[in-house]
Amino acid sequence: MDKRISSLTEAVADIPDGATVMIGGFGGSGAPIELIHALIDRYLETGSPKALTVINNNAGNGHVGIAAMIEQGMVTKMICSFPRSADPRAFTERYLAGEIELELVPQGTLAERIRAGGAGIPAFYTPTSFGTDLAKGKPVAEFEGRSYVQERWLKADVALIKAEVGDHLGNLTYRMAARNFAPLMAMAATRSVAQVSQVVTPGGIDPEAVVTPGIFIDAVVSVPNPAQEEDLNRANAHHPQVPA
Amino acid sequence: MTSKLSNAQIAWRAAQDIHDGAYVNLGIGYPEMVARFQPEGRQAIFHTENGILGFGEAPAPGEEDWDLINAGKKAVTLKPGTAFFHHADSFAMVRGGHLDVAILGAYQVAQNGDLANWSTGPKGVPAVGGAMDLVHGAKRVAVITDHVTKDGKPKLLESCTLPLTGVGCVTRIYTSLAVVDVEGGRFVLREKLPALSFDELQSLTGAPLHLQGDVADLIVPEV
Repeated sequence: MDKRISSLTEAVADIPDGATVMIGGFGGSGAPIELIHALIDRYLETGSPKALTVINNNAGNGHVGIAAMIEQGMVTKMICSFPRSADPRAFTERYLAGEIELELVPQGTLAERIRAGGAGIPAFYTPTSFGTDLAKGKPVAEFEGRSYVQERWLKADVALIKAEVGDHLGNLTYRMAARNFAPLMAMAATRSVAQVSQVVTPGGIDPEAVVTPGIFIDAVVSVPNPAQEEDLNRANAHHPQVPA
Repeated sequence: MTSKLSNAQIAWRAAQDIHDGAYVNLGIGYPEMVARFQPEGRQAIFHTENGILGFGEAPAPGEEDWDLINAGKKAVTLKPGTAFFHHADSFAMVRGGHLDVAILGAYQVAQNGDLANWSTGPKGVPAVGGAMDLVHGAKRVAVITDHVTKDGKPKLLESCTLPLTGVGCVTRIYTSLAVVDVEGGRFVLREKLPALSFDELQSLTGAPLHLQGDVADLIVPEV
């Protein structure tokens, strides 16, 4: 078995119009910039994939990554907890113009819904959001004298995540806080694609150190020295690049 | 109005109630300042929602590693004993009752402990982050806030008028004028600035302040 694929282009080739795409990252930490930009490049060349639902904690920052997907008009719905950032204009302008839908989910509920999707749990109860506007229309139940809100699993057609080291079998480790949603998203998508800074042969990762076991990963693509979204934004980068 | 505590002084006061070894989550913004005022000899362990426990202070400018950030997306540092984990584990720590204290900001707090701190109404882009999770699960949910709004209107109210973050969740409020507990559906005054009379404080508060034992002087150093 070998889950390595040779190019970013191949990694994003099969994502169809209308797909639900989970994208790892919390702000710039863990954002798979190269995979996202490969997806944008494919859209610019072929007009596809479009009408995407994107699941991420945020809704893009600046003019790269998810913000650039939104600027290109590829995204019709965001499912996220915090659609604000240092420069949220890409999302904000389209949201206020009614061009993009928002499903706002409390951050811990978002994480647990994704985990539940990956773990085969269709619904669960959480205290979060009880009695608030975000619980409207959802079933409520009492357990041991406290009230809880029923939330449903989240699944996706594709997960695009960034990891640090990956082996041929898809076992992954991450770098510091960059893991955030990635191990959950890897479980919850039909096809999970990881860009990794370093590819090693099986045995190259200590089994005790594996964070995402390879069973959750379908494809590994090597991206040495990946871009950091925060650095790109501090350099006012755009994708695609604005002609000089 | 008489003089009031600065944001840093409110944070200092809140820090005095955090015991050694406590697991603490500080909300984005000025609750983060609480970390600076830990009393000598005590060491709390700070949690951030994006998946770090036991992180250190901000690095020097130019030393940032943007994979090592807090929930406010500011760079932090490693310390001996730092742990990383994914988001589901992070919010298990939050909702599962493992945090000793969560300290948040507030637009409004009601006398039954309802908190409004995420939305000022239907305008603009709504954003919630981890606030609705944090108000459930921590053993103590405290708020630090100015006692009144910028327009001088009370923030401590009989009931909140803004969209709620959580129902009956706040247990203590540190304000620019007082320390108030929420007990049995009412505000109980614990401390107030010595120069401020009870009646003055009551006039700046949107619900009755109850007395239960002595009211201590709220004395905070210049910080």
